[in-house]
Amino acid sequence: MGTLGRAFTDALGLLWNMDAALIETVLLTLQVTLVALVIALAVGIPIGAAIGLTRHLPGRWLIVPLIYTGMGLPPVTVGLFTYLVLSNQGPLGGLGWLFTPSGMIVAQTIIAFPLVVGLTMAAVQGVDPNLPVQMLSLGATRRQVATVTLLEARVGVTAAVVAAYGAIISEVGAVMLVGGNIEGETRVLTTAIVLETRKGNFALALSLGIILLSLAFLTNFAFHRLQVHQGVR
Amino acid sequence: MTATYELADVRHCYGDRCVVDIPTLEVRSGEILGLVGPSGAGKSTLLRLLNFLETPTHGLITYAGVEIGGDASLATRRDVTTVFQRPMLLRRSVAANVRIGRKLHGLDTKDGSTERWLEKLGLTDLADAPARTLSAGEAQRVALARALVVEPSVLLLDEPTGNLDPYNVGLLEEIVRSENAERGTTIIVITHDVFQARRLADRTGLMVSGRMVELAATEAFFSAPQQPQTAAFVRGDLLI
Repeated sequence: MGTLGRAFTDALGLLWNMDAALIETVLLTLQVTLVALVIALAVGIPIGAAIGLTRHLPGRWLIVPLIYTGMGLPPVTVGLFTYLVLSNQGPLGGLGWLFTPSGMIVAQTIIAFPLVVGLTMAAVQGVDPNLPVQMLSLGATRRQVATVTLLEARVGVTAAVVAAYGAIISEVGAVMLVGGNIEGETRVLTTAIVLETRKGNFALALSLGIILLSLAFLTNFAFHRLQVHQGVR
Repeated sequence: MTATYELADVRHCYGDRCVVDIPTLEVRSGEILGLVGPSGAGKSTLLRLLNFLETPTHGLITYAGVEIGGDASLATRRDVTTVFQRPMLLRRSVAANVRIGRKLHGLDTKDGSTERWLEKLGLTDLADAPARTLSAGEAQRVALARALVVEPSVLLLDEPTGNLDPYNVGLLEEIVRSENAERGTTIIVITHDVFQARRLADRTGLMVSGRMVELAATEAFFSAPQQPQTAAFVRGDLLI
């Protein structure tokens, strides 16, 4: 049996006897990912919807390419930027967030935000422009038109959630720089995988990878069920 | 009979091109007004102005005695609704699509009116079906139901039966007629079907190039047109 096969069997054993440190890492991963996701969604969906709904947006020629660029931001660059901002000499150094989960959440939010804005904008723009007009003719207010349009675009908006979630739960560069991979404090699944691989603990690294994939699969399975419930198969 | 709309020197122009140019027009309360004319005559734009979806670039529209300068109030906008030729239904059930009218107006949605309108339009069996799976005729019936469920004072119909089969045409015309008779709803209907104008309208107007060429009682409009263009249209000649 090769290294991969041995690592795989050992990984299953480790998963069976989940220890406290492993559970802590999993919980911190979920905490950082979900808090960053919720913030990115709360800010990004309204902004994406507003850009998508505003036909004559001043500066659209610049705003849209900037968003698209943001959708492909190299996470390690975001990590470096966040590191510098949160470091002692940085403008937000006073917060003391460097090497804390809060700092990691900031970096993850920056990564997820353009994805949410860009995909929500595209989803809203994909709704037939006759729909807002017909809603207005039914006596809808501008706010009601925006809500109805966003709900019509919900399949695309769900895709935005999935993309943002996938980008941040699997991200390693930014959380490594900003969090520092401190055991029991800022160690998440991705940074732990890097560390254990370097140490040659392939079984542990692989078991962490299996957990990470399982988390991603379970969440995406839930999102898919939601889409099916929305009437789209 | 009082006037629902009074138009004075209403023009709607894009640059130098005026797509609506109506010096004077009165739409009487409780009448069914038919609008006929070739494509591009400005009929749909006129309907958008009357639904306050756009503000005319010149002139004044008076609605129910109130001059509408700029944006109409929400209450005024909610008094008027349009059913379009191609209805946009929401990605929800048929019943939810009918209910949305009352929801948008902040009205009670559990008062049984949705179910009543579904029944009137023969949609009860389809209430839980996804609206996007409906045929054109069924979709148009849903659009009419969601417009009427809010009990508007004015119903504007933009070629509502343009691509429907005779059964659906008959059903929709029957509902429109009874809505007008029972609630006194003012109805303006654009149609390419002169027979439909003849069947439905109290008065009929011919629009060509943004202008109202002739507006008369429907019988007189068809049997004794005063304008050569109307006579040609009634004969079935092509108007450009």
